[in-house]
Amino acid sequence: MDTLVSKYANSSSAASFDNEEHIGDSLTGWDAANQFAIPAFDIPMVGNPVDFLRAHTDASAENRIRIQHGTTTLAFKFQGGIVVAVDSRASGGSYIASQTVKKVIEINPYLLGTMAGGAADCQYWERELGRRCRLYELRNKERISVAAASKILSNMVYDYKGMGLSMGTMITGWDKTGPQLFYVDSDGTRMRGERFSVGSGSTFAYGVLDSGYDYNLSIPDALELGRRAIYHATHRDAYSGGSVNVFHVKQTGWEFKGNFDVGELHWEYQAQPKGPIV
Amino acid sequence: MEYNGGAVVAMVGKNCVAIACDKRLGVQAMTISTEFKKTFQVTPKTYIGLPGLATDVQTLAEKFRFKVNMYKLKEEREIEPRTLAHLVSSTLYERRFGPWFVEPVVAGLDKENRPFICSTDLIGCINFAKDFVVSGTTSNQLYGMCESLWEPDLEPEELFETISQSLMNAVDRDCLSGWGAEVTVITPDKVITRTLRSRQD
Repeated sequence: MDTLVSKYANSSSAASFDNEEHIGDSLTGWDAANQFAIPAFDIPMVGNPVDFLRAHTDASAENRIRIQHGTTTLAFKFQGGIVVAVDSRASGGSYIASQTVKKVIEINPYLLGTMAGGAADCQYWERELGRRCRLYELRNKERISVAAASKILSNMVYDYKGMGLSMGTMITGWDKTGPQLFYVDSDGTRMRGERFSVGSGSTFAYGVLDSGYDYNLSIPDALELGRRAIYHATHRDAYSGGSVNVFHVKQTGWEFKGNFDVGELHWEYQAQPKGPIV
Repeated sequence: MEYNGGAVVAMVGKNCVAIACDKRLGVQAMTISTEFKKTFQVTPKTYIGLPGLATDVQTLAEKFRFKVNMYKLKEEREIEPRTLAHLVSSTLYERRFGPWFVEPVVAGLDKENRPFICSTDLIGCINFAKDFVVSGTTSNQLYGMCESLWEPDLEPEELFETISQSLMNAVDRDCLSGWGAEVTVITPDKVITRTLRSRQD
């Protein structure tokens, strides 16, 4: 019995890959910055971990484990800052898992991230980003720039490229240089831009956004444009829906502007007189 | 079934039956139309529901209209719902090795005004039921709703409420169905069809 226990105890500790567990501990005592410097994940004990995971997460797999693939998110810069608007549906295949998902991740009071792709991936890595931004702030006595924050995120996920991470996110905020908007995804892409929409409903949202966009839009008009673009995407895209969450990023940080159920929004818009197309 | 999406459900009540469908026509993720009804009147007291591949839905609706008209001319009487179910079944089995991608539902009152409902799979296996039948991409959710809401001997108005709540709440858990619904209640002396207003996402 004892030999059996020791055999399994040994094999599991030998299989863990946390050699870097105690960097810096011996010199200065426990330090959060060093303790969690590199997130460590348990790797399945199989020949090829990447193929193993893929066999269980692919669309063709019998029991798929990822939810939250369909989404519509958007963010755009304008005269008054940045508008961020998202839907709230989580789907696993064609099944609607939730209609009340928070797809805007509040990294800290002046940084927002949006969520498209794998829900867990977005949540984990944007929280990890929040932690790193806080450490930056403590070390440098200064808030991190949005450019630097988004680059931390893109570099972190790039380390795991090809291992099945799935995220398409927009990082927005207001720093020394003014309002900033970046697109970051799990392929390692990082782009600065004026206007982005991400997710399965993004094409529909772009259609509304591009036709209604003007840099000099007033704040209420810009918020309405964001809400409208997401609403139209939820109407046409099967995998988007639920409600619209709207945020406004301004000099003093981000502000939540409301949650609007699409079930009621549709009939509200339907009752409105149609304006000119051009 | 997942290409265009859609849902159909039928229920038995006291001396009445009801059949309901959603109105979405999609091409995978994209919703093309919200006015695509999937139930068709076959005789004054018999309806057929055809969820599945939209091209086959339309072709089969016409095919069944033709066959039912021929039956009426030869027999000089309306087709009974049970007979229609077997007609549907053999029509589908003719394409055993290259099937029509539909899962039909038949609902109606026979000549003694007894309720009849049934569903078939895409190659014609008939499922006779005494309570309710479901079909389409929302079938899992519909089973859950019907199993909890349906009870025996519902009057026409109660049956309408039960089938409407079942369908509307089921499609709210399915990405590929919804965008409005149509409910038909068949009673011995009249047929009532109502359009339901539902979530448009």
